[in-house]
Amino acid sequence: MSDGRKVVKVPIRSLEEYHFRFDTGKQKHAGQGQGGTKEGDVLGSDKKQAGPGKGKGAGEEPGVDYYEAEVTIDELAQLIFEDLGLPNLQQKKKPELASEALEFKDVRKKGISSNIDRKRTIMEAIKRNALKGRKGFQNITRDDLRYKTWDITYKYESNAVVMAMMDTSGSMGPYEKYIARSFFFWMVRFLRTKYQNVHIVFLAHHVEAKETTEEEFFTKGASGGTRCSSVYQLGLDIIQKRYSPEDYNIYAFHFSDGDNLTSDNEKCVKLVNELLKVCNLVGYGEIEGPYYYTSTLRNAFKKIKDPKFTSVGIKGKTDVYPALKAFFNPHPQTRT
Amino acid sequence: MHPQEETRLLEKAIEEITAIAKGFNLDFYDMYFEICPADVIYSFGAYGMPTRFSHWTFGKAYHKMKTQYDYNLSRIYEMVINSDPCYAFLLEGNSLVQNKMVIAHVLGHCDFFKNNYYFKRTSRKMVESMAAAAERIRGYEFKYGRDKVEKFLDSVISLQENIDPQKHIIGDAGNGPINATREHSCQGHTCSEGGKCCQGGCHNHAGHSGQSTPYDDLWDLDKHECSGKCGKEENHSKNFPEKPEKDLLLFMMHHARDLENWQRDIISVIREEMLYFWPQMQTKIMNEGWATYWHMRIMREMDLTEDEALEFAKTHSGVIQASKYRINSYYLGLKIFEDIEKRWDNPTEEEKQKFGRRSGEGKRKIFDVRETENDISFIRNYLTKELVEELDLYLFKKVGYDWKVTDKDWEKVRDGLVASLYNCGLPYIVVESGDFGKRDELYLKHMHEGTDLDIYYLERTLPHVYAVWGRTTHLETIVDGRRVLFSYNGEKVSKKFI
Repeated sequence: MSDGRKVVKVPIRSLEEYHFRFDTGKQKHAGQGQGGTKEGDVLGSDKKQAGPGKGKGAGEEPGVDYYEAEVTIDELAQLIFEDLGLPNLQQKKKPELASEALEFKDVRKKGISSNIDRKRTIMEAIKRNALKGRKGFQNITRDDLRYKTWDITYKYESNAVVMAMMDTSGSMGPYEKYIARSFFFWMVRFLRTKYQNVHIVFLAHHVEAKETTEEEFFTKGASGGTRCSSVYQLGLDIIQKRYSPEDYNIYAFHFSDGDNLTSDNEKCVKLVNELLKVCNLVGYGEIEGPYYYTSTLRNAFKKIKDPKFTSVGIKGKTDVYPALKAFFNPHPQTRT
Repeated sequence: MHPQEETRLLEKAIEEITAIAKGFNLDFYDMYFEICPADVIYSFGAYGMPTRFSHWTFGKAYHKMKTQYDYNLSRIYEMVINSDPCYAFLLEGNSLVQNKMVIAHVLGHCDFFKNNYYFKRTSRKMVESMAAAAERIRGYEFKYGRDKVEKFLDSVISLQENIDPQKHIIGDAGNGPINATREHSCQGHTCSEGGKCCQGGCHNHAGHSGQSTPYDDLWDLDKHECSGKCGKEENHSKNFPEKPEKDLLLFMMHHARDLENWQRDIISVIREEMLYFWPQMQTKIMNEGWATYWHMRIMREMDLTEDEALEFAKTHSGVIQASKYRINSYYLGLKIFEDIEKRWDNPTEEEKQKFGRRSGEGKRKIFDVRETENDISFIRNYLTKELVEELDLYLFKKVGYDWKVTDKDWEKVRDGLVASLYNCGLPYIVVESGDFGKRDELYLKHMHEGTDLDIYYLERTLPHVYAVWGRTTHLETIVDGRRVLFSYNGEKVSKKFI
């Protein structure tokens, strides 16, 4: 993927055209030699690919059709993100991004004749005649003419802020970090593909939490113990300072291996409940490592019954996309 | 060269070549030539016709062919349509000499289309028919939804080879219901044909009823079909259909219970188009051999410069290049035609006495052969020991991981080749019953003739039969010497030994 050309080759195998046919392996075929072919001669073998030059090697024989389609990362991203969206998105007070829209809502005496407001014009004529004591509709004078005129209005998109929180403690090995970063990589890509005005706040934590730049978030490692509550607290502080829930749709996603200080779990649950009061959705992803922890954070979170809380377990690379789908289901009620 | 100049030269060449071909007694329809860029030629090639309905399988074929062209692995020089007038499309970028060869080649094809027996009943207005069918299918997509139509097309196309071209070729076009014993069998457009058929059929029957010949039962066939079409009472037979029916598409078109009219129309379209293409499939070796034979003869009559002659020789040898994994139809066909001509021009003493063959009959004979044979009879009758040895033909098979030569003996090679051409190399499958177990289930039987079916494909094709028939479908075949019944009930494929 990182060969710079940003083209992914996707083998398409689903294009078989099934029909009733013979088993080519059990069938006798006819061929033509260059002269002197004897019984028992081996023409080719399926074990290895036929060499170049001759061109028509074993690969030409009937077998599995294998097609490759070249797809750019952007196209791929679009396909992947097609069904994703920010859930529970609400209209907030303070609009930030505006796009222009035209709306006819004013009526004036001068204007373009194609925009004549017939009904109002006739009403004016009737009114004018009625004032002079004449009944009904007579004629239209220049003064009666009324035109519809447009105003430029602004269409506002809802504001949203996404808190990307990641555990970078010592127990998060290269594998766990890889999974967490994969998720956030695709999440960031998705948000930027679909929404033009989403703020993303990157928070990393071990025992303490701090806000990082995007680059640091995706590249820097750390070590130490784990106190997840620290990042929730930081999130809450940032929300309070910068992103009022009145104005913003707030989403918080946290990835961890779940190996939290047991004494901290209680506090975590409390803080997540706080977060849920201000957030549209809180997502928690737990990467299930090679060790089995009985008292993971995820178990502690089972107490939380709020429908805005979603937690997923991730066992391997292939679970990243389902996690993305679980968190960014634009219609939570249809979740299966 | 200036394009206009090029066109002028090409027009002159067409005139010249046509005159030479007519001098050789080739007999073809009026010709329309058109020069097309590669993507157009290849899409015609993929669709088989410029006006056909659309389906993803054609796109797939196009992609495959075009990729091979782009990588310079193969090249279609032309595309010719069996129609009257005959349309031929030349690849843009062909050199003038290549075009001359291609035009001569195309005239050979057109002569073959016009005169070969197996093409006698192909519609020469197929360009228009296919355009009309495509229009209807577009309408169905609009009305019933694209996905629904595509899904149905997927199923019918996967069964398109399961028709009975033989019946079509010899005249029993099979457009009416087959051995119709059930009241719902007379559906769709076939009803309107009933009356007409009855007259002809009944009349025939009466005229011959007094005679006693070994073929009397043939007249009875007429009677059955006739009464079926007219909707009269008929003796209910235990078997439905009475005799195993090879034309699965036709059978389902008439007897599948839950199909809507647009679906029956789609079956009929695919079937008609396949019937149109089938003669091309069953005369590939002859047709290509014949066209190659004539482009050689015609080019010899043309005034070519040294460079042109060389370029022609190069292109020609590319066309007839042998392949160790398959028979090159162009080459084999050409060699057999040349051999026939030689043997009928200069018969041996034995042939003169035994068959009364006279010298110098070569040309007449090859014209006869191009009229009466198809690939199977062509190979069976005219592939000689000497040719098999000269061309180094053999049979090969997969042994372990290796593709190994198994037969060199000329008769085995000839018979093996004939066997591989039988039913265009496709399994012969018949409808045994349309009311299996008295449950309206469809029972198909593979007439096993030595080669097992591809089970992986079989298990995935059966659901397509189900999709059309609408009820459980079975297929009986032989796997590794044991009789097996595969069944699909709408949910899963099961198999059991019987």
